[in-house]
Amino acid sequence: MSTILHSNALENEAIYIMREVAAQFEKPVLLFSGGKDSITLVRLAQKAFYPAKIPFPFLHVDTGHNFPETIEFRDRLCEELGVELIVRNVQDNIDAGKVQEESGKYASRNMLQTETLLDAIEEFGFDAAIGGARRDEEKARAKERIFSVRDDFGGWDEKNQRPELFDLLNGRIDLGQNVRVFPISNWTELDVWSYIEKEDIEIPSIYFAHKRETFVRDGMIWTADDDVVYREEDEEVVERMVRFRTVGDMSCTAAVLSEAVDIAKVVEEIRDSSISERGARIDDKRSEAAMEKRKQQGYF
Amino acid sequence: MEVLKIATAGSVDDGKSTLIGRILYDTKSLTDDKLEAIERSSKQKGFDYLDFSLATDGLVAEREQGITIDVAHIYFSTAKKSYIIADTPGHVEYTRNMVTGASTSQAAIILVDARKGVIEQTYRHFFINNLLKVKDIVVAVNKMDLVDFSEEKFNAVKEEIIRLAARSDYKGQNITFIPVSALKGDNVVNKSVQTPWYHGATMLEHLEGLNAQDVYEVSQARLPIQNVIRPKTEEFHDFRGYAGKLYGGSLSVGDEVTVLPSKTSSRIKEIYHFDKTFERAERGASVNITLENDINISRGDLLVKSSELPKEAKQIEAKVCWMDAKNLVAGTKYLIQHGANRVVAKIADVQKVIKTDFSGEDAAVNKLTINDIGVVQIKLAKSLFYDSYVDNKANGSFIIIDAQTNNTSGVGFIQ
Repeated sequence: MSTILHSNALENEAIYIMREVAAQFEKPVLLFSGGKDSITLVRLAQKAFYPAKIPFPFLHVDTGHNFPETIEFRDRLCEELGVELIVRNVQDNIDAGKVQEESGKYASRNMLQTETLLDAIEEFGFDAAIGGARRDEEKARAKERIFSVRDDFGGWDEKNQRPELFDLLNGRIDLGQNVRVFPISNWTELDVWSYIEKEDIEIPSIYFAHKRETFVRDGMIWTADDDVVYREEDEEVVERMVRFRTVGDMSCTAAVLSEAVDIAKVVEEIRDSSISERGARIDDKRSEAAMEKRKQQGYF
Repeated sequence: MEVLKIATAGSVDDGKSTLIGRILYDTKSLTDDKLEAIERSSKQKGFDYLDFSLATDGLVAEREQGITIDVAHIYFSTAKKSYIIADTPGHVEYTRNMVTGASTSQAAIILVDARKGVIEQTYRHFFINNLLKVKDIVVAVNKMDLVDFSEEKFNAVKEEIIRLAARSDYKGQNITFIPVSALKGDNVVNKSVQTPWYHGATMLEHLEGLNAQDVYEVSQARLPIQNVIRPKTEEFHDFRGYAGKLYGGSLSVGDEVTVLPSKTSSRIKEIYHFDKTFERAERGASVNITLENDINISRGDLLVKSSELPKEAKQIEAKVCWMDAKNLVAGTKYLIQHGANRVVAKIADVQKVIKTDFSGEDAAVNKLTINDIGVVQIKLAKSLFYDSYVDNKANGSFIIIDAQTNNTSGVGFIQ
């Protein structure tokens, strides 16, 4: 015990936010997808409350299109931490006829997650949902607040947001409203990767380069070893060395060619990268304002 | 990981978005897909150049109007630093956005159009960065290409701002003047050959050279307690930690500390950050500390060094920037959020409105409307333990919450 604690501004801010959530809300939940951003959130939550346990459960909205590696990883992590994991399935809403599955070439369940998320928030009465979204991901996210108030329908009114001054966060809400909380708002993709490297945090194997059966469409590489990804007869399957930069819905998450087999090489690759992370997610490409529209409808 | 947050301000046509886009482009921070989107949009609009402003204008409504309407955050990094730009619009009606952006920034870029020189807007931007005590100010004299890179035009801006600085309250600012052309890239990241008379740094060189001591206040340690950590596990059976983010100065193990409002004292036993303990924590650190004695501490309390007690009062005077469409008038009740503490407050008096263009004050007004800055007397239900904003930013500022709408209605800087 002889060293000085030097501050890492982004980490300190995120820990501060986690603590504000625990203090200002009665029933917070951490949205856990098994992706690198939510894994980073978990580490920050651990740091915020150590030596106590993380004081809120995790919620996973399962599209049913997750990479099997991610699900296996999720279950193991939650068991290690001793936190309660709540899983709600998009499939249940489809089966109940509440939402309709998209079909065709770019069919994805990303939009359908919204309904399941809103249902879960209502079912458990969560007043705050902590998510791993970052402002650098997409233009419409750049204006997202750290405490972002949503109405009963999960809607986001971007023109009527509360100003956030200094570190002061106002979590007061009316009955029926809830708040989405974004502790790593100010992190970039590279910040997240560098943190994972520095903290030696374990992440699912699909983030590292591996051999996989894939096919190419519209200049992007798609996984071919699972039938949730729609593939036309003439789209040729080739084994390639790839990794994934995000681990969302398999059907809309493209792979990138990569030789980065460990975290140090991934960080290096991200640093030199010339395609933004969301460039590999087809659902944002549908239109320039795609993300903003989804968010107004309550998308995470 | 060093992070520098910069607030940008400028009028509608000063080329602020272009400047930011230029910084991103020249530091190779625009990814191929983003660059393609800019090329595509520029072509659609019939421009024969790349419209970098498209890199930053976020929301659909804005794109339609062609202006920025809120605080947008833009990220880029160099080998040395991570930068966050809080981009705010410069119109007079958006004072609240500029105040918001400046509240979390350590540096500010004020844009001036070299053709127009210093205008009313420039005064306002300067006023706000001064009020908020943003330590490092870069005055970017833009569109130098349109005035033939004239040294006289540049000097005229410089002299006027220096005169303005002499009239302002906060003298701790470092002001740097740089002649730039955001559109052409002169002196933004790369040195211009067009300004042989300018021997200073380019904008990026200046920002890269800033150190923590150049941008952060040196003040007294203030630790607002966010949570009490009680694990109640076998291993940490009697553990009682006080979690918070440290502002203003450092704290060390062994320091004699006082907790407010109870005014009980103890010594720091341990400083935890996650599962490690440290001898000393620096300003900005999120810590979890334990004390030698068991004293009663709860959320909202303030922990300070016993030798550095803050002021105590049940009535305060503050400069307030009003951010709500509902006016601020005397007699109304609000909640004050000061650190982790919330106190019921009553507006005793709205004394005057301060003109943000340095043209004086208006004492005849008894209300604040949205985007006004004024001096307000506030009565509190409980004692507040505070510092003047000029001495300690975190412990000298607060937000005003409307308990009926839950809106953040304003921000105050204690005198």
